[in-house]
Amino acid sequence: MALLSKKDTNLIMDPLADNNPITIQVLGICSALAITAELKASLVMAVSVIFVLGAGNVVISLMRNIIPSKIRIIVQLIVVATLVIIVDQVLKAYQYELSKTLAVFVGLIITNCIIMGRFEAFALANGPWRSFLDGIGNSLGYGVILIIVGFFRELLGSGTLFGIPVLGDPIEKTGLYATGYENNGFMIIPPAALIVVGIIIWVQRSRNPALVEEN
Amino acid sequence: MLEHVELFFKSIFIDNMVFAVFLGMCSYLAVSKKVATAVGLGAAVIFVLAVTVPMNWLLDKYLLQDGALVWLGPEYADYNLSFLSFILFIATIATMVQLVEIVVEKFSPSLYNSLGIFLPLIAVNCAILGGSLFMQAREIETLGLAFNYGVSSGIGWFLAILAIAAIREKIRYSNVPAPLRGLGITFIITGLMGIGFQSFGGMLTGGGDEAEETTEQVNQLIQPEVVTPVEEEVIVDKNKEIDEKVISYNDVNK
Repeated sequence: MALLSKKDTNLIMDPLADNNPITIQVLGICSALAITAELKASLVMAVSVIFVLGAGNVVISLMRNIIPSKIRIIVQLIVVATLVIIVDQVLKAYQYELSKTLAVFVGLIITNCIIMGRFEAFALANGPWRSFLDGIGNSLGYGVILIIVGFFRELLGSGTLFGIPVLGDPIEKTGLYATGYENNGFMIIPPAALIVVGIIIWVQRSRNPALVEEN
Repeated sequence: MLEHVELFFKSIFIDNMVFAVFLGMCSYLAVSKKVATAVGLGAAVIFVLAVTVPMNWLLDKYLLQDGALVWLGPEYADYNLSFLSFILFIATIATMVQLVEIVVEKFSPSLYNSLGIFLPLIAVNCAILGGSLFMQAREIETLGLAFNYGVSSGIGWFLAILAIAAIREKIRYSNVPAPLRGLGITFIITGLMGIGFQSFGGMLTGGGDEAEETTEQVNQLIQPEVVTPVEEEVIVDKNKEIDEKVISYNDVNK
């Protein structure tokens, strides 16, 4: 017997493309875009959300039969807040500089709509294993977008990837800079992230016309 | 008084919740199809921010900060509970939103019905938690300033959602490329509006970095040096020199 049945595989694969949380479900844009000016920050944010959503979905799914439905939002918020505190403390202990860059955005994972959305839509109605897969799938879909945006913004904006210069030295004019190439400062400022995501949505919907919306 | 005015305009235009730090984007995108609902949600956000930011400021000041527990007695001075701030802030916010829901349902059922599901969703609007976290991160000093910060960043969010809702109502009549319709074009418009809002950056410095730098230079020139009696004459000369420098500098600036 395979480790994952076809249904389970779909739980992971669907959110990566055709049911992507950011570009299709419109969730979790809040805390995502501001930190994508650097690839490293995007990667750490993606890993944090994978952990929080994976673990949170399991916890909520285990408790789903004992949570009174009237106070479920508060219970969910407490679970997420606890997990985020763990992430925050780990980051402060091992990646202090990075946790300064991410600043309040780690805390804002709590109000990341993907997490509440998946709790409400999936974990409250399904068993722990399937909820876990759903959590991992959705947070991977979120992470993929984050990393694509971070890749383009860092490459075009500062000519580096993970802080390593890949296009040559802008001051010494080596590599690509020798041909007259310049870094595009526009990619560093916050609004650029929105436009990059807009273009990703454009590309995705041109490839799959079934996703096109009404005006 | 001046700091209140400065904070007010800064939080509305320069550090706008939507365009500068992308907070509350989910509800911003989901509720901005009609101006009427956008106004309702915007007003609710202003109200909740105005209440929760000062409350969380009090929590931060008297419970969470490094050494905040000192009012309990000197033996508590070393406690730093700030790692608990996420959970306490979100608890405050969830409670307040629940309270607002009950009050609105009681006194204005029509508003309650028109807001529908979006009222409880304010609890998971990042702008609300973001307001409290930025208040903590920027170390806002007094309760009054915290209230000001809550109200004005709420107004900033309100303006943003009002603007995008109005644009989206109009854009229905334009011929947008099919794959960009709906979400795609909304993202790009928001990006363009963000670029527009960046131009408010020079509003409070009155011309940007250059002005600040030059005043620093002048201050350095004017700064008195350590006076020793022997060098007095020299210093008088020096002061003269400096005065001349300042004057010529001012002339150049004119």
